[in-house]
Amino acid sequence: MSAVTAPRSEKKPRPGGTLYRGYTGMWSWVLHRITGVAIFFFLLVHILDTALVRVSPEAYNAVIGTYKTPLMGLGEIGLVGAILFHALNGLRIILVDFWSKGVKYQRTMFWVVIGLWVVLMAGFLPRQIANIILEVNGQ
Amino acid sequence: MSTVDAPRSPYARTQRSGTNWEKWGWMYMRASGVVLVVLIFGHLFVNMVAGEGVRGIDFAFVAGKWASPFWQVWDLLMLWLALIHGANGMRTIINDYSSSVTLGKVLRGAVFLSAAALIILGTLVIFTFDPCPSVSPEQLGLLPSFCPPQ
Repeated sequence: MSAVTAPRSEKKPRPGGTLYRGYTGMWSWVLHRITGVAIFFFLLVHILDTALVRVSPEAYNAVIGTYKTPLMGLGEIGLVGAILFHALNGLRIILVDFWSKGVKYQRTMFWVVIGLWVVLMAGFLPRQIANIILEVNGQ
Repeated sequence: MSTVDAPRSPYARTQRSGTNWEKWGWMYMRASGVVLVVLIFGHLFVNMVAGEGVRGIDFAFVAGKWASPFWQVWDLLMLWLALIHGANGMRTIINDYSSSVTLGKVLRGAVFLSAAALIILGTLVIFTFDPCPSVSPEQLGLLPSFCPPQ
């Protein structure tokens, strides 16, 4: 008679290591909420500032000029970081929900999200940091 | 004589009448999310990375984009999809954390009103925008280079 192999979960129990409680599953959920709320409030402001193009070129340029200051430049790094995480983790959530192996690989996918986030931030940061330095030097 | 279900009969969902809005909200978050990843990554690349990045954004830059129906449609889709996605996400969070029924209603109402107002405002701005408005002489230099002389 062939031996029956025990399910993987019985071999190595992880307390609280379910999909949404503890570890990466929970922290990605927490980060998804925090970044989502932050992006929502930025979106409200961003539509209002863009609407100034209907007031006058002068009014729009004056307000968009504040987006180019060094302090706002740092804020934009945070904003882009939040958007990139929310976007990539959102794709991970979709795969958890719709891909037959999504639950099995949710932890791996979390680290893929972090990896892609680092790569995309590395693509954005040189331009943004160069702009911040130019602004600090008053150029 | 009434019959009794066989023991251990499988669980059956209670049938509810009407549309399951929570389900469609759940579907919307995922469908709009995929589209928004493409739209917003493109938006961030064109505005924040390509060319001069944020330093290149001014009235002439926006006018140059919205002179083309391609970017008008792009930004219109972003506006509607993102605001509804964000407002529905805020609704979920309010439902999870608001401690009283009244507070929940007030907060959901505020989210709904701000999202609706900004969707209307944004849509009007995109469709009524004139890349070459008549301006005072000192603002002529702020217009995009393709505008005819005034």
